[in-house]
This record gives sequence, structure tokens and C-alpha cells, in this order.
Amino acid sequence: MLRNAAIAALVLGFSVSATALPAFADTSLTVAGSTALLPLALDAAGVYQTKHSDVKISVSGGGSGTGLNQVLAKAIDIGDSDIVAPPGSPLTDNKVAVIGFAIIINPALNVKSLTKKQIQQIFGGTVTNWNQVGGPDQKIVVVNRTRGSGTRVVFEKTIIAPEKVVETGLTEDATGTVVSVVGQTPGAISYAAFSGTHQKPVTEIAIDGVAPTEKNILVGKYPFWSYEHMFTNGVPSGEVAKFIQFVETSNDLLVKNGFIKISDMKVSESSR
Amino acid sequence: MIASIAQRAHRNERIALNVLRFAAGFVIFAMTMLLVYLAFEGTKTFFVDRFSIWSFLFSPNYDLDANHPGAAIFIAGTLMVTVFAIAIGGPFGIAVGVFLSEIAPPRMALVLKPAIELMVGIPSVVYGWLGLTLLVPFIRDHTSSPAGFSLAAAGIVLAIMILPTVISLSEDAFTSLPPALKEGSLALGATRFQTIMRVLLPSASSGIAVALILGIARAVGETLAIQLVIGNATAFPVNIFGPTSTLTTVIVGEMPSATEGSLQEHALFSMAFLLLIIAMVLILLVRLALRKRS
Repeated sequence: MLRNAAIAALVLGFSVSATALPAFADTSLTVAGSTALLPLALDAAGVYQTKHSDVKISVSGGGSGTGLNQVLAKAIDIGDSDIVAPPGSPLTDNKVAVIGFAIIINPALNVKSLTKKQIQQIFGGTVTNWNQVGGPDQKIVVVNRTRGSGTRVVFEKTIIAPEKVVETGLTEDATGTVVSVVGQTPGAISYAAFSGTHQKPVTEIAIDGVAPTEKNILVGKYPFWSYEHMFTNGVPSGEVAKFIQFVETSNDLLVKNGFIKISDMKVSESSR
Repeated sequence: MIASIAQRAHRNERIALNVLRFAAGFVIFAMTMLLVYLAFEGTKTFFVDRFSIWSFLFSPNYDLDANHPGAAIFIAGTLMVTVFAIAIGGPFGIAVGVFLSEIAPPRMALVLKPAIELMVGIPSVVYGWLGLTLLVPFIRDHTSSPAGFSLAAAGIVLAIMILPTVISLSEDAFTSLPPALKEGSLALGATRFQTIMRVLLPSASSGIAVALILGIARAVGETLAIQLVIGNATAFPVNIFGPTSTLTTVIVGEMPSATEGSLQEHALFSMAFLLLIIAMVLILLVRLALRKRS
């Protein structure tokens, strides 16, 4: 009886590991992190895999903080992030694109622009009704990102600072979730990357009268933007380096997903 | 010839017993290691970062920039959502358990019981998804809740999730009662309802206590379904239709991005350790209730 059980276990073990054999023959890359970069990473991975059939790329989200943590722990090959790594880390920063972020509101509200001060007051909790900022009489529903979000760090650094964001609003953990909540909740306001907001059922409003467009970012008029970083643990090489290079030079994919080529920028900032 | 057959039988028995001992030992070892690891990491907040236990348990000020991770909001959230779930799911579950064991015709019970046990197998993310797509918009449109994400949504989803557990266990509690109890009561002229309320329920009370406590244990530990519908606001809910957070939702929301060795990571481990303590207390209560029964 024991012998039959042992034989059965061995056969099962072999068949399971046999299904994994093809994976050993290919190179496999794991990419994870920023949900703002996610649409571009997914698109690029799809195109790259059709061109290189011996490479398998798995892409997932989780937020910039997760991407940084995982690549630091060498659990993944590429960590996507909207923010720079903490100083002194062994990660190599590979900037692949520029991404703009928009303040988004529910499309039923007919507010077209807010000043930086008004945004600080709304997210700081001192302004609670849309009629205080030129909108209808409706309670403002603030939707935040979780603390591990690169988008949130960029938001706090470029728009909110030196004020603070109040934590009593709803908190969601991905770009896509935030966009869908704002689209469905009357009176909602939040912030998300162009890659998640362009052509979606939300209104992207102007900040201090400057519209959230790629052109305004190129010349530095619109303040809410950041570089997209693909961090690697150490200098990237082999397929990892080739894939990062591919993402950086795929102009059609960049434009399609709402990103900007770094070389098109007329301004640059080392802290983003 | 006969001696070697006997020898082989004894050898096989020794091998089998050792395999079982190894399996049991391994499981006990793994559980102990888990406990020790959580206790070690979970107390770092108090011994390494020198944050007071009192503030951790009772301060509603969860401010990581000021190195002050007060977890009172999340503890209150876990307690409120559990009370809500058991308040709805408990009576409902016991009632259905009574129905299944005492009132339903045997053919109906034959179909209903496996159906309910099947519900236990539905992954919690499915309940969360249904809550997100059906319950949250409903609450948004019909109550004062601005977005629909609320304590009420989480409580309702949880109540539905613990129903199968409570139903199964209370039904078992009733069917395991000696039939003489019911027959004696009916023979004395009591109605079925009187029998259930005055005779059966009190006798099955320890089994029902087990049902409720295991339902509570499931509610305390539920993470994903709650996180999808509760709104995750770091604040006490303004009312039953306001958003808030629980220990489980804040752990799943922040742990992947918490820097190793930071106060945030230690605080999250402390919350996980607290959840483990709550679970252990509940299991101890179950054992007490069972001991009363026998």
C-alpha cells in the first residue's frame, strides 16, 4: 500500500514538474509596481513577446511602493515606480517616459478649473462643499490613494506641499479603481495618471487655469507630472536591459497610453 | 515464512507511525514558529521603536510621519464590523439551522443542506465583488452615504459570508440532541414551537455558542471582501453608512509597500499579532463552551 502511494506521488511530481519545463527553456521577466505605468508596461510586454517568442514577461500592478520593495528584495526583475528610490539604495534608475497626472472629478459636476489653494483646501478637509469652489451644492467626496502609491507622493510633493492631505476620505489602492470610483460617485474628486484618465468617463480639470495636456507639460506650464522609472537591482543586462530599452523607444505605445517621450521635454527635474 | 510476514507487518506499522508522528510534529513546529515569528515582529513596535502599548491600542491618531501609529480606529472598525455581521447573521443563521433540523421536510433538507455547505466554498473575493457592484451603488442611491462605501456594506457582506457556517453548525447542534428530548416534550402536549424554544434551544446552547463563535472568527479575519466595500478611510465612521477601516484592510493595504524595518512595518506586524491573539481567545472560548456541553 505504501509502495503504491509512493509510486503515485512520484508520477504526480514528475508530471507537475514536466509542465513547468517549457518555462525553464525561456527567459522569464517579472515586472511589477506602479499602476500608472501599468498600461504601458502591459502593452509593451505584449508587443515584445510577439517579437521575441522565447521571452516570457509577467506584468502586474501593486503600486510604486510595492515595486520598489520587491525589486530591492530581488523578487522581481523590474520595479515600476512614479517616484525615485530612497537615497543610498542599490537600485539602478532607468527613466523610460514622462507621465502627467490629472485632478479628476465626477463628470456630472460642471467645474472646469481649480486653483492650487482650492485643491489644498479640498484635500486638507477645510472645504467640504462644491458650492464653495464654484460648483453645485453638493458634498465633496475625497478619494485618496494608499500610502504606498507613487501617484500620491507626486501629488503631495507638487500640488499639496506644504499642506497635508487629510486621511478621512475614501482610500483606494490602484489607478483604475480610483478612476472608476470617481466616475460613479457624484461629487467625487481624486488624482490619477493620464494613462488612466484620458478618454475615461471622468473630467480632468485645469489647475490654476492650465489644462492637463501633454503640451503644457512639455513646456513646464503644468506642474503635476513625473518620470516613470523602471528600477533594477544593479545595472540591467540581457533581456531586462533590452526590454527597458524597448519601452523607452516605443513612441507609438507611449503616445497611445498618454505618456511623453523624455527627449521631447523642454524642462527636466532631477527630484521627480 | 510466517515469522517474516509478521516482521514485515511490524516494520510497516513502525514506518507508518513514524510518518504520522513526523507529520504531526512538523505541523506543530510550523504553527509554533508562526506564533513566535509574529510575537517577535509584532512586539518590535514596543521594544525597538519604544511606542507605548496603550497608545497603540487606544489612540485614534494613525500618523506615520509623526511616528505615532495609533491603531484604535482599526481595532474599532474590526469590532464594529464583526458585531454588525453577527447581529444579522447570528439570529438568521440559528433560525435557518432550526428550520433545517426541526421543521423542513426531509427531502427539502436533503437539498438545502448541501447547497448551504456549497456556499461556504465560495471564495470571499466573489462576495466582495458582488458587494462592490450591487450593494455599494444601492447604499449610495438610497442612504446618506456619499459613495456607498460604508461600514454597513461591509457588515452586510460579512453577515452573508458567515451565514453558511452558523447555519451548518447550529443545524448540527440540533440534530445531535437526543431525540428523547423532543419526543418527551411533544408527548407532554407542547407545540413544536414551544418545544423548540423551551426545550431544544436551551439544550443545544453550547453547540449554538460554537456556531456563533466560529462565525465571529471568520468575520474577524475577513480581509478582501471588506476592503472592496468599506471605503478604507482612516477615521471612525460618522454613522453606519460612513467609510472606515479594519485591522485586516489596513494590513493588506499597506504591507506590500511598507519599507523593511520601518515603524510602519512594525506597526502592521503588531496589528497582525493582535488579530492572532483575538483568534486564539475566540478558540479558547469555543473549547470552554464545548466542555460545558460534555
